Amino acid sequence: MRDVAIIGVGCTEFGELWDKSFRELFVEAGVSAIEDANVQGGKIDALYVGNMSGGRFIEQEHLGALIADYSGLASLHIPSTRVEAACASGGLALRQGIIAVASGYHDIVIAGGAEKMTDVGVETTTDALAAASDREWEGIMGATFPGLYAMMARLHMHKYGTTQEQLASVAVKNHHNGTMNPKAQFQNEITIDTVINSVMVADPLHVFDCSPISDGASAVVIAPADIAKKYTDTPIYVKASAQASGTISLHDRPDITTIDATVAAANWAYKMAKIAPKDINFAEVHDCFTIAEICAIEDLGFVKKGEGGKAAESGLTAIGGKIPVNPSGGLKACGHPVGATGVKQAVEMVLQLRGEAGKRQIAGANIGLTHNVGGSGGTAVVHIFGRDK
Amino acid sequence: MSVGIVSYGAYIPRYRIRVEEIAKVWGANPNSIVDGLMVYEKSVPDLDEDTITIAVEAARHAINRAGIDPQEIGALYTGSESHPYAVKPSSTVVAEAIGATPNLTVADFEFACKAGTAAIQTCMGMVDSGMIKLGMAIGSDVAQGAPGDALEYTAAAGGVAYVIGKKDLVANIESTYSFTTDTPDFWRREGMPYPEHGGRFTGEPGYFKHVASAAQGLMNKMGTKPSDYDYAIFHQPNGKFPMRVAKMLGFSSEQIKPGLVVTRLGNTYSGSCMMGLAATLDIAKAGDRIFMTSFGSGAGSDSFSFTVTDRIEEIRNGAPSIEKLMANPIYIDYATYARHKNKIKL
Repeated sequence: MRDVAIIGVGCTEFGELWDKSFRELFVEAGVSAIEDANVQGGKIDALYVGNMSGGRFIEQEHLGALIADYSGLASLHIPSTRVEAACASGGLALRQGIIAVASGYHDIVIAGGAEKMTDVGVETTTDALAAASDREWEGIMGATFPGLYAMMARLHMHKYGTTQEQLASVAVKNHHNGTMNPKAQFQNEITIDTVINSVMVADPLHVFDCSPISDGASAVVIAPADIAKKYTDTPIYVKASAQASGTISLHDRPDITTIDATVAAANWAYKMAKIAPKDINFAEVHDCFTIAEICAIEDLGFVKKGEGGKAAESGLTAIGGKIPVNPSGGLKACGHPVGATGVKQAVEMVLQLRGEAGKRQIAGANIGLTHNVGGSGGTAVVHIFGRDK
Repeated sequence: MSVGIVSYGAYIPRYRIRVEEIAKVWGANPNSIVDGLMVYEKSVPDLDEDTITIAVEAARHAINRAGIDPQEIGALYTGSESHPYAVKPSSTVVAEAIGATPNLTVADFEFACKAGTAAIQTCMGMVDSGMIKLGMAIGSDVAQGAPGDALEYTAAAGGVAYVIGKKDLVANIESTYSFTTDTPDFWRREGMPYPEHGGRFTGEPGYFKHVASAAQGLMNKMGTKPSDYDYAIFHQPNGKFPMRVAKMLGFSSEQIKPGLVVTRLGNTYSGSCMMGLAATLDIAKAGDRIFMTSFGSGAGSDSFSFTVTDRIEEIRNGAPSIEKLMANPIYIDYATYARHKNKIKL
């Protein structure tokens, strides 16, 4: 297996982008990644695209071909593959791209993710997202994702004494980080009171505990590490790429406060990178709900099980804290166009590790981790990136 | 252009339901709804009131205010999105009721909340060309909001009529400008009892884009700026939107305050900004300049620039003011409201 590097990144703004279509979004992200990498179109060997539900959101499938075509690459006939793993589709597309380059099968590969979620009504969006749960056992019984994560939050509060204020402090931190990210959907500060006084979605999760419905796209250019410096002075190296599966239903899990697919993927990733959780300088984790970030930092080994609630409250996970989490604003503030999220996390890694993250730059960032989850934890994808191989 | 408003009249049903009462039924937090919409209560029609009866009352007030001879009205258009008949005009009933028949042309207009201002523009053209001496443009609605829908808190009832002509003007219409696109933000299909909407999509790409473009377009065309106007009225689906768009364009809250009737009245749809204009004319002085922009979903906006004449003082008290029409409301509970709005199906 060859070492692999990311040589270019691109990302659209995230938000309710009424005036941009799906194809405009991925072309914008893809072109900016290609320009960032200084790669000619003819050099591109393959495309991988993460997308959860084009069929439901924009009534368009066959997205691999669509993206190759509208990126102006149809005449080159390069392979273009859509990858789907619910909200982890982006992370998985990234992993497919990394595997393709690491194996020697391809050299220059674009891995991207895109989702256009606001062309349909909220009911359709909610139901399309519920397709990431077990339709026969969860979705059909009326369980939605806020409902499933609310159960995780309830038990976490019961077992570990996690409080409503601790959940809210995750949203407050991520909104603060979002104020420093010009691509973020929400760039406004909020307070604990904002969260706790906001409309209840699924007790104990208020609307400000939830990531929004968003449009957006992101892309990275992947190359073999040994030629990466031909394209950029600061290639960012992929130190580990791990993916794990878990039960698709929440109720089949031994402990619903732990996403065991995250634990498994993280363990493999640390082993692959030959590092421990304490060596990670910062992380972008899957905070689709505030409770999800709390469980994630426990499952990734940054804090002990049960202590995740205190982390945001105490400033441990703030920029400038011991382990900054979601400097981009995370899914909560940056927005969550589901297929794009996993790739956007990698874009944030590259910007931070290059030292190009602007006001939200984490000083001395050398090693970072991304964590992307599908559904309530049926799929988890963990990547580790570094300035050095 | 030497065309303008000869007279105006309005009508508002006497019944009101408070936003809290509706919120209570649906288990919503009344404070967050009031804060979010800046609407405290809305008007509700009586059992036997509909778009036509409201239009007739408004038209009669317009006739009476300036002593108009109804036989001089050569065109009458009623704008509404709640015409009682799908086929058969509301405007024939109105024209007959006010004694304007038979030597006139009438038709019903529909353009969501801006059909009434489209009717004003049509009358302006016909008057200016010499086709007719006087035209009457009416905006009237008994707006529909589905039970439990966000629109139920604001969908109100009311109507306003303007007589457009060339002589004895209370306000000159200096210019008008429209901005229209195919933007499906809100609609009601044939045979459906309640409209549907695209949630927040109705905001930025709908209301704000069209209102701001039409308003800025008219100011650019005329070479005017917000500070040239004493008053401004923007379509009022709720209290927040007109305040925000006014700020975006550079109008002050003082300029829009007299015309901001939505907080106590709800959204009277085709009557909305025409009601705000009437409330502003009720207090305006000769020489005052007034800016108005309507909005209709689907979507489009019409902007107008008015200058008030000294004739306003002569006719002002010939018909009830908006303030008088809003006074002494009768508050009803949700059950009575449901009966008034024919929401209880036997």
